[in-house]
Amino acid sequence: MNKIYARPRLLRKTPFHYCAGCGHSVIHRIVAELIDEMNIHDKAIGIPPPGCAVFAYYYLDVDMAESAHGRGMAVATGLKRANPEAIVFTYQGDGDLAAIGIAEAIHAANRGEKITSIFVNNAVYGMTGGQMAPTTLLDMKTTTSPYGRDAALEGNPIKMSEMLALLKGAVYIERTAVDSPANIRKTKKAIRKALQTQINGLGFSMVEILAPCPTNWKMSPVESWQWVGKVMTKEFPLGLIKDTTGIKDTAGEKDAD
Amino acid sequence: MTKVLMYGNEAIGEAAIRAGCQCYFGYPITPQNELTEYMAANLSRKKGCTFIQAESEIAAINMVYGASLAGVRTMTSSSSPGISLKQEGISYLAACELPAVIVNMSRGGPGLGSIAAAQSDYFQATRGGGHGDYRTIVLGPSSVQELADLTHRAFDLSDQYRIPVMILGDGMLGQMKEPVEFKHEAPAELPLRAHALRGAKGRPSKYVKSLTSNPIELEELNWSLYRRYQLIKKKEVAYEAFQCEDAELIIVAFGIAARIAKGAIKNARAEGMKVGMLRPITLWPFPSEKIQELAKNTKHFLVFEMNMGQMLEDVQLALAGNGEISFYGRPGGVIPTPSEVFRVASRLYCQKGLK
Repeated sequence: MNKIYARPRLLRKTPFHYCAGCGHSVIHRIVAELIDEMNIHDKAIGIPPPGCAVFAYYYLDVDMAESAHGRGMAVATGLKRANPEAIVFTYQGDGDLAAIGIAEAIHAANRGEKITSIFVNNAVYGMTGGQMAPTTLLDMKTTTSPYGRDAALEGNPIKMSEMLALLKGAVYIERTAVDSPANIRKTKKAIRKALQTQINGLGFSMVEILAPCPTNWKMSPVESWQWVGKVMTKEFPLGLIKDTTGIKDTAGEKDAD
Repeated sequence: MTKVLMYGNEAIGEAAIRAGCQCYFGYPITPQNELTEYMAANLSRKKGCTFIQAESEIAAINMVYGASLAGVRTMTSSSSPGISLKQEGISYLAACELPAVIVNMSRGGPGLGSIAAAQSDYFQATRGGGHGDYRTIVLGPSSVQELADLTHRAFDLSDQYRIPVMILGDGMLGQMKEPVEFKHEAPAELPLRAHALRGAKGRPSKYVKSLTSNPIELEELNWSLYRRYQLIKKKEVAYEAFQCEDAELIIVAFGIAARIAKGAIKNARAEGMKVGMLRPITLWPFPSEKIQELAKNTKHFLVFEMNMGQMLEDVQLALAGNGEISFYGRPGGVIPTPSEVFRVASRLYCQKGLK
């Protein structure tokens, strides 16, 4: 009998602390699979953020180091420059990357740092209890926008992928979601390409992943997954934002489209 | 070795390169720009080395954190307001037991303050500065030669104890030119620390972190750091005792203020006044025991600083009432002259009936 599905080798046997329906577990799994499949385990280093994914090092069997809130890309820059052989990725949330760490994100991208950012956008601060994030949708209620986000008072959702795509140093940026099996496969394909961009030494790469946060959205897991596709993608359209890498898709990945 | 005439800021850069510093991350701020510029000119094109002008002091210290994770010798520099911004990163370096050298060519504060030399960051430097229970080794050079020597020493101490080391200079030291002799050649091979985070090659994966949801675990980290700090206090105290043997009055001063005080002491000695000086070279650990020892023969101490009285508190703690302490300070970037300090010292000398 052929084994066609198993726990990824690089996912530790520690039960996730994530809420039921949370997007992080799926994305962790994808990262663990890719580091194994791409044979970069011996040089991969991850920088998880303060936030729900802060304990990513308890799950991913990969070298990792904590970062101060928002500083993942600066830490990754130092790591990569000191050891150019390494494959360095940050794993960041929307508050981390688009609010407190926006300067580090813009400048790492602009310098064309050969790092990869896995940017998980769930439109709220998750770990601190569902406060408004820079990516919170208009009229969306959070604990710090209890009457709904008002553009006149709180501005509009920030589209990081589109912003960073303006910079020459950013060579591959794609926005995906983990709201369906098809989109999960597309997410894996995108992260694979982002890591390949780094392996090829081409510049900065980022995958923005729309992910559900049922707890803070006050929805059931099923509702939250549906909300990603029905509502979030209207503000944050899925698809390739920028690709100047010239990397061709591998045959095995075609079926994800 | 021959002596070369160099700015203090440049001497730090040259000494760092000779200590095997591989990665420097900076951000412009006066009066330390010559150091950043020196690294741009001399480190950025060196094989295997990195110079980045970061987007902020915050980014720079976090790049230092990243490079230190990778096991290389790394440094950042700034001046007072910029050092405030780095404090969070220094706390992380301390928590994760990562070596790094941080240079503060301090200026007048608080706030944006002035760009003139001051010593008002003593509290911030010697009390940890950022959040949490931690210490950094703090070195207080008082000449361009000592800037060079202590920069090299800072890298060694930092690696030995896996602790961030701060060099607390000031704008005057950085901006003045003096002859300096470099006692080390740059290493043929850049040093790489063992057990660095460079990927799980031939070993299980590992992680570097301070966060824990278990307070007992964090308490253990604090105890472990505390034990190391106790060891450092025991082994690494450095000071200069200048004409203290027969002194009736001892001036306690560090850094550039000690240099000024030395001029005052020479004047005082010429007038027959027995004045000496204790100059702490390590500001943390502080030479408390030496001060206690001096108090056996000398009862009067004059603490002189270019601030409102910060090291003063360490002298008070050291003496614990076993001596009479006076203070003279000029904050805000004002640079007192040796004759001014001489006036203060000689007045005190007479008032206390030492003459």
